[in-house]
Amino acid sequence: MTTVAAPAALRRRPAPRWHLYALAVVISLFILVPIYLIAVAAFTPRAVLNGFPKPVVPVAVSIDTMQAFLNTRGVGQSVINSLIVGLLTLVMSTVLGAPAGYALARFAFRGRDAFQLLILMTRAFPIAILAVPLTVTFITWGLYDTLPAVALVHTALALPTTVLITASIFISVPVDLEEAALTLGCTPLGAFTRVALPLALPGLAAASIFTFVLSWNEVFASVILTVSNRTLPAQVLSSLGDSPLAYRFAGGFALILPALVFIFFIRRYLFNMWGRVVR
Amino acid sequence: MSEIRIERISKTYPGGKAPAVRDISLTVQDSEFMVLLGPSGCGKTTLLRMLAGLEYPDAGRIVIGDRDVTDLPPRKRGIAMVFQSYAVFPHLTVFENIAFGLRMQKRPDAEVRRRVSHASGLLQLDPYVERYPAQLSGGQRQRVAVARAIIMEPAVLLMDEPLSNLDALLRLQFRAELKKLVSEVKTTTVYVTHDQLEALSLGDRIAVMRDGQIIQVAEPMTVYDRPATEFVGSFIGSPPMNFLRGTAQSEGAAVFSVAIGDQSLPAPAAVAAQTGSDLLVGIRAENIVPHASAPVGTGSAGALRAETVVVEPLGSHLLVTASVAGQIVKVVTRTDFPARAGMDIWLEPEPDKLRWLRAADGIAFGN
Repeated sequence: MTTVAAPAALRRRPAPRWHLYALAVVISLFILVPIYLIAVAAFTPRAVLNGFPKPVVPVAVSIDTMQAFLNTRGVGQSVINSLIVGLLTLVMSTVLGAPAGYALARFAFRGRDAFQLLILMTRAFPIAILAVPLTVTFITWGLYDTLPAVALVHTALALPTTVLITASIFISVPVDLEEAALTLGCTPLGAFTRVALPLALPGLAAASIFTFVLSWNEVFASVILTVSNRTLPAQVLSSLGDSPLAYRFAGGFALILPALVFIFFIRRYLFNMWGRVVR
Repeated sequence: MSEIRIERISKTYPGGKAPAVRDISLTVQDSEFMVLLGPSGCGKTTLLRMLAGLEYPDAGRIVIGDRDVTDLPPRKRGIAMVFQSYAVFPHLTVFENIAFGLRMQKRPDAEVRRRVSHASGLLQLDPYVERYPAQLSGGQRQRVAVARAIIMEPAVLLMDEPLSNLDALLRLQFRAELKKLVSEVKTTTVYVTHDQLEALSLGDRIAVMRDGQIIQVAEPMTVYDRPATEFVGSFIGSPPMNFLRGTAQSEGAAVFSVAIGDQSLPAPAAVAAQTGSDLLVGIRAENIVPHASAPVGTGSAGALRAETVVVEPLGSHLLVTASVAGQIVKVVTRTDFPARAGMDIWLEPEPDKLRWLRAADGIAFGN
């Protein structure tokens, strides 16, 4: 058997990717382990949970804790509240933010860079300072302690990222495609809805997940602006201090779960861009 | 089927220093294939985009057929355009890409099917109609872009460097197909390119552009043989036209010549007005007959002594680079010409192929 030594450059050598995988595993564990431990604790009977050491693998499964948590007065309603606020935020920030993002992506107008910087700077403004004026304003408007009030604040918080993310999404859709649509009989609006929008949809979905999760996890504005119409994090936070350990884990799990499910379902829009499936 | 009249069009981009297009007038005949040729940044694409309605001129008028379309949006101009980047819609199948324009016109489904099948047949896309563009090669995508444009049966077909993203072999093949296709559909076509070979091969006429202006509009062989300026001669052709600098001189009554170094070439009477000033003598590499020894009998009647600098055999012909009194001249000749570097040769230009230009501004005069 003869072997011909190929020049090094031509030799087909597997890229040294193991450390890449190792890094991915570490990052995944960093995120997944706490979620896993919370989930285990949430489904462990209270007696076992109170013992020591705490179980790392589920020794006994029970939905008592979750049931007790969900049956606590106000929890069910607060989950619904959180969903409503999240979706309202998603819709408002997309409706307001996407056109701004499109404008940033497509038009070279005077002061565009300054505008972009300004958008970013609003994020540096601490919401704690806004708390009192916001409360006063919402009371005068009759919006205090309502879900739209919370959604409005969440929209304000989410808008900068929505604008910048959608801008980068629309930049990735070539102008040529819209111009081609124009020459083929589309109005500018038609070119947008028939060509740019469908192509931007995966990215817009990703941006909307981001917004939804931001709203779902936001505590501060929710706590300040509502008394009886609490979102889930506000509800859990306000009753966390004086609750048994099991309740806290159940609350934590209930906070994580919907965000995970939402990401899971919208995930394919992230990876599947019109036939260009990420392998 | 329409004539295009461009009347004194100017355009400066916001923030641009110089105008991209300055005071251009051009008429494209009905069903003519007009090529806009020029280096990058000469304004040819801007001019095309103004025809398409994707840019609007600062001044001037554009008439397609009998309609002033200067201020109309693209969809009301009766044009179709093929983009350099193909610009096929990645989220639609080949079929829906080709059908896009007809769908916008809300044509009945049966008609759409019939016409798409005709167009896809013309461009040999039949096996691919159900595929998405991501599953096609570059050449196939460009076919989709062309099919999508011609299915509209536009009054004017606009093409912006449609071949420049294809690899060399495919470009050659598609160029011929495109020429056949366009001559069959007989649509008035404006085609932008920076590739002089494409321009020569495709155009009924070529408009050579530079710095936002049209320098010469003529049939391909006229542009090639009789360039209006030094720029046109050196931009078109490979190798570019040779330009020898010399001084016009009078040798008695109605006899003129151009002194190049210590040699001279006989010149036509048109040179009279230029006596004493510098001229450029333009000659194509293939219009020079090289001699290995001084041609007998011709004397001063045309042959210039030169020193061979480089000899390059190029398969079908021999490319000789020679120096005439320090000026470089490229000569194309038969492969059996016995030239070696450093050898003296004599170059005899074909008199009727000589082009006379003023050295001061590079503009041709006379014939």
